Amino acid sequence: MSWQPILDGLGKAAELILSGDREVIELTSRSLQTAGYATVMAGLVGLPLGVLIAMRQFRGKRFVKTLFNALVGVPTVTLGLFLYSLLSRSGPLGFLDLLYTVPGIAIGEAILIIPIVVSFVASAIEAKDVQLRDLVRTLGASELETSLAVVREASSGVSLALISSFNRAFAELGIATMIGANIRGLTRVLTTAIALETAKGELGLSFALSFILLAVVLSLNFLVSFLQEGRLGRQGWLRLVMGER
Amino acid sequence: MRQRTMVIIVAIVLVAGVGAGWYLTRPIPKESLIVSTTSSLYDTGFLDFLKTNFEKKYPQYNVSFISQGTSLAIQTAKNGDADMVLVHDPTQEKAFLTDGYGVNRKIIAYNFYIMVGPSADPAEVTGLGPLEALKKIAAEGPKGDAVWVSRGDNSGTHSKEKALWKLAGLNLTVLKAQKVEGTNNPWYLEAGTTMGATLQLANQKNAYTLTDVATFLKYSKSGSIQLVKVVDSGKDTLNVYSAIACNPAKNTRGKYEVAMVLIRYLASDEGQALFRDYGVQDFGLALFKPWITTLKSNSDPTLIQWVKDYAYIEGSDCPTQYRLNAGDLYG
Repeated sequence: MSWQPILDGLGKAAELILSGDREVIELTSRSLQTAGYATVMAGLVGLPLGVLIAMRQFRGKRFVKTLFNALVGVPTVTLGLFLYSLLSRSGPLGFLDLLYTVPGIAIGEAILIIPIVVSFVASAIEAKDVQLRDLVRTLGASELETSLAVVREASSGVSLALISSFNRAFAELGIATMIGANIRGLTRVLTTAIALETAKGELGLSFALSFILLAVVLSLNFLVSFLQEGRLGRQGWLRLVMGER
Repeated sequence: MRQRTMVIIVAIVLVAGVGAGWYLTRPIPKESLIVSTTSSLYDTGFLDFLKTNFEKKYPQYNVSFISQGTSLAIQTAKNGDADMVLVHDPTQEKAFLTDGYGVNRKIIAYNFYIMVGPSADPAEVTGLGPLEALKKIAAEGPKGDAVWVSRGDNSGTHSKEKALWKLAGLNLTVLKAQKVEGTNNPWYLEAGTTMGATLQLANQKNAYTLTDVATFLKYSKSGSIQLVKVVDSGKDTLNVYSAIACNPAKNTRGKYEVAMVLIRYLASDEGQALFRDYGVQDFGLALFKPWITTLKSNSDPTLIQWVKDYAYIEGSDCPTQYRLNAGDLYG
């Protein structure tokens, strides 16, 4: 195998980053936007859902948990196709005008990653000793306060859920292609650009964009991990804001 | 206490700063036009060229091109997700008009398809006409001397390829099922993707394929493929591009007027000049030929007749019942 395209890619990546290439900045920022919105939306829906599933006893609980675990692996092209039919003007949700837009891609990715959030959060909470929940309850906490306390204790599992789903959304290709159509200047993101450049035979540029994508993901993950466990300590920043010394 | 206040203040400043930055850099709302197209106009970079020039003249519009291949482009338009199409398959275009989805079809450019293949030319088809070449390839394929790559995606190019096989008197169903002697592999491959990617596949497999001359030149020049032209252009390998607006009665995006602005632009001297100029600097010849300019100048009556025979519907670009407030669009 020829190493040339990879070496080309490394060189081009450095060049693009250092020169502050506008189009690359646009692509990266759009990737961050779609993945960011998707993670926020998925978090808002998935977190309470995960807590509920983990903490309550109900009939069919095992079925629901297994269902969400399975949905983590839903094929993205299938989900993309399904959403495309819904969001197309000839479909039921066409009036929302979400096809070929960034919010449309974000919603699609959110739906994709909700099972990830739910599964991870539910597992994290269940890993916590059930006695903790009972203890908090006997101390007079309401349902909501109990849930918040449990989430705080399981916070590393929760942040793992969120960062994993962000990573998944950031690296998403199938949904971005089907719903966004890779329109230059409008819905093109890093992953779809990489696919396009590869199809065009521009392997050097493809590798360059891939390195940039990896660099962004790695930096973000290190940053989050630093905030969690680093100098500020576990939840050190939270304690800081709450006024403890 | 002080540290905590500081953190809160910093947070507020950050949020305010980001919010202000966002607000100040928000794009001025432009009217958007969505055009679904064949892949060959896109793969050659022509559409980026068109977008730049069109938006320079009409800065209030933002044109988005979705390159999908003719069949999917027409489907997207039928779904109401696009405002107009730029395609190159007269049969599918006619159906688009008669089914009531399209109005004001205008032929805007043409070029030719060519057949390309490995420089060694194992099937020995160089210099033959397209139909003879296909017959030879069909004969050599099962022997293992020729591999053919088809678009296989119902695109305009694919339709042309199917028509040529039919004209040569060959049955595709039979050819597709044949295996190379002594193996379990077919010699007729179907790529299922765009022209550019298909050329790369053919390059990889040292195969023959049908391509439009523009995409071939672009990929050849960039060095991505080493295939060479084996069969030249002629009447049977004419490639004609048309623009069709979506019928406002069926299309709910409401951008019909903007679509007509683009169609008129493409038909105007300015738009035609884009076709005349694109590629000359990089390849030494225009990748697409301006149809309307050629028609007006009557510089090549034989060619003009070929285009009319191949791409005219009921004697013109667009039968009168499918024209809508066309004004002077049809002369």
